[in-house]
Amino acid sequence: MFDHVTPEMLGNIYVGLLGLAVLMYAVLDGYDLGVGVLLPPRNEGFRDDMIASIGPYWDANETWLVLAIGLLLIAFPQAHSEVLQALYIPATLMLLGLILRGVSFDFRAKVVQVKKRKWDLAFKYGSLLTTLAQGYMLGIYVTGLRTDLWSQSFALLSAFGVTAAYMFIGACWLILKTENELQAKAIYWAKRGLLILSLGIVGVSIANLTLHDEVRELWLSAPWGVVLMAIPIACFALLLLCGVVLKRLPEAQGKGEWLPFVIALLVFLLCFAAFGISYYPFVIPGKLTVMEALSSADSLRFLLVGVVIVVPCILAYTVMVYRIFSGKTEKLSYY
Amino acid sequence: MDAFLLSRLQFALNISFHILFPTITMAMGWFLFYFKLRSNITGHPVWMRIYRFWVRVFALSFALGVVSGVTMSFQFGTNWPGFMEKVGNVAGPLLGYEVLTAFFLEATFLGIMLFGIRRVPNWVHTLSTLIVALGTTASAFWILSLNSWMQTPQGHEVIDGVVYAKDWAAIIFNPSFPYRFTHMMLASGLTASFLIAGLSAYRMLKGDDKLAPKLSFKTATYAAAILIPLQIFAGDMHGLNTLEHQPQKIAAMEGLWDTTEGAPLLLFAIPDEQSRENHFEIPIPYAASLILTHQLDGEIKGLNEFEGEHPPVAPVFYAFRVMVGMGMLMLIVSWLGSSYLLRNKVVPTWLNRVFAGMAFSGWIATLSGWYVTEIGRQPYLVSGVLKTHDAVTNIAPSNVAFSFTLYAVIYSVLLIAYLGTLMLMCRRAVEIEEISTEEREMAKASKMSPATV
Repeated sequence: MFDHVTPEMLGNIYVGLLGLAVLMYAVLDGYDLGVGVLLPPRNEGFRDDMIASIGPYWDANETWLVLAIGLLLIAFPQAHSEVLQALYIPATLMLLGLILRGVSFDFRAKVVQVKKRKWDLAFKYGSLLTTLAQGYMLGIYVTGLRTDLWSQSFALLSAFGVTAAYMFIGACWLILKTENELQAKAIYWAKRGLLILSLGIVGVSIANLTLHDEVRELWLSAPWGVVLMAIPIACFALLLLCGVVLKRLPEAQGKGEWLPFVIALLVFLLCFAAFGISYYPFVIPGKLTVMEALSSADSLRFLLVGVVIVVPCILAYTVMVYRIFSGKTEKLSYY
Repeated sequence: MDAFLLSRLQFALNISFHILFPTITMAMGWFLFYFKLRSNITGHPVWMRIYRFWVRVFALSFALGVVSGVTMSFQFGTNWPGFMEKVGNVAGPLLGYEVLTAFFLEATFLGIMLFGIRRVPNWVHTLSTLIVALGTTASAFWILSLNSWMQTPQGHEVIDGVVYAKDWAAIIFNPSFPYRFTHMMLASGLTASFLIAGLSAYRMLKGDDKLAPKLSFKTATYAAAILIPLQIFAGDMHGLNTLEHQPQKIAAMEGLWDTTEGAPLLLFAIPDEQSRENHFEIPIPYAASLILTHQLDGEIKGLNEFEGEHPPVAPVFYAFRVMVGMGMLMLIVSWLGSSYLLRNKVVPTWLNRVFAGMAFSGWIATLSGWYVTEIGRQPYLVSGVLKTHDAVTNIAPSNVAFSFTLYAVIYSVLLIAYLGTLMLMCRRAVEIEEISTEEREMAKASKMSPATV
């Protein structure tokens, strides 16, 4: 099967899939990481409800990271080993964070009260470690795995930007899934997050232009640059709209509660599109292109059969689960 | 220490920690499906109580399996870049199929299994339980296929030192795969059986005289009694398959230095790789030849035929004896338990203690079995194709030392927390989980009354 698919097409298909997996991960695990970072250390009721709101989802959300890393490993093995060897320490710290939050979620529900708070804190700081490490890795990755001072500062900026983005989408998720006091708190968090995120996007976008000449030329040259400007303009229009919506929330009968989350989703999509346009066809910006890193076409064709059948199924049952658990979160009772 | 040794230690640590949890969940998924079916058929609430207790154990084990599995997918690239460079064209798609067909299925439907019972119809909940069980099994299928291919590779060609896939059916169903898959699924069945029986016994020892632990104890003990002879048979077949394809591994398992006709079975010995001989042998004459060739004077190749190409002898030799010893113990205990249950409906307290003590015996058997097969593959990473030494990273040893220390600390903490939490759940179950009046009514209405279960 797929014998007529050329290596070039395979390269584009797999880089597209990789993009899909990363975007799905950023949005889905993004909100549950954000909820984790937002956990208030001093309010147990809030913590219970917040964790309940992500209970049925977090496991599947994290699987998108496994898929993304898997696709990188399978389709672009050279990029996988170069990126992860260069980012060995931050990747290890991210894994530590993921381990902490993953197990805390299950331990907290099964231990005595005194220990529960400790696991909650492990969940919170595990989430924070994860988001910071991911942002930092993204930053270094974008520079093309450079290690000079400017790249390091850019990566730090990116670490805070990504954390802010996750906290923002996490707060928007909570607005959607919770009620009353916690919802009011979530609206407050979302307002704060919105401000920091907007600053972050401006900062990262400008810094981004200084990193690679090709990227600067692409974005600042007519006529392409003019067309591309639609992306940041749309992005800021959405953020502004979100600010207006957040001012008016909460409204009666939960009107418009879903808007912040949808806006956050669109902002993620736009930022991701801008990122994709900037660096395609590179798998490591400025260093390694899709075609240079692509593994054996025959193996990718073999896997493509599975991809074509299974990925739509995964998307379908993911939607199904979100429908089953739609509406306001109930108390988490196991089973 | 160099990056090679540290990377090997780190990988061994990670995979040893990781395998503990899938070993439980692979079979426990099927146990849960069985409990759910019993609940649907009998309508007796006790089955749902059993389900609820074990689904929480399942969820905790699953979470630990997931987080330690994620770290593995990073280490292929970070510590063993040569692995993907040389054999990625075979390993990649197999791993890809595992993620696509198993991971998402398990993770998504686990959410319904755990939290969905009031939101979905009962049949959807039952179906979700089945899907999760199928998902864990599918995951085992793909990863064991890859592992078996690394042991007994076929269906590929090597061009300029890089492996290319030629025949996927031959790759997936390579010679050792059917044996390894069966052996591992049965190992998982035994691990879960002894865990369920052991923790149920622990609950009873702590004074839990409710129906749930008695029933789960009975189910698990009978399951173990049925699985253990199957496992001994499957293990024997697997051994014959190994003799055919990896004779050097068998030679290390038997501690046999020189090619011998009528080789003895060594109950114990201290293999000495320096002088290439054994000390303090306790042999059973001819037994190894009899088991492996079904002839008293059958010839078995010794380690000296493979000098420089055979695995380190002592760890393989000892691990094999631990595995077999544990299997024998399981046979005795599960059959003894079953015979007591059949005759007296209860087991004596001392045997309950033995079961409680053996709650994690499956881990010991499984880990030592994996050490036999994985150390037994050395010095190769992929038999005859890629040596372990040629796949290692060139990142700084200090970085690997840092990550190794970090993993060692966190995994130790997690293992203690896991064991502590399971014990705590058992002790708590003693106090709560009383059958409510409403449920007693339901029980009365159902065909089965608690007294006759």
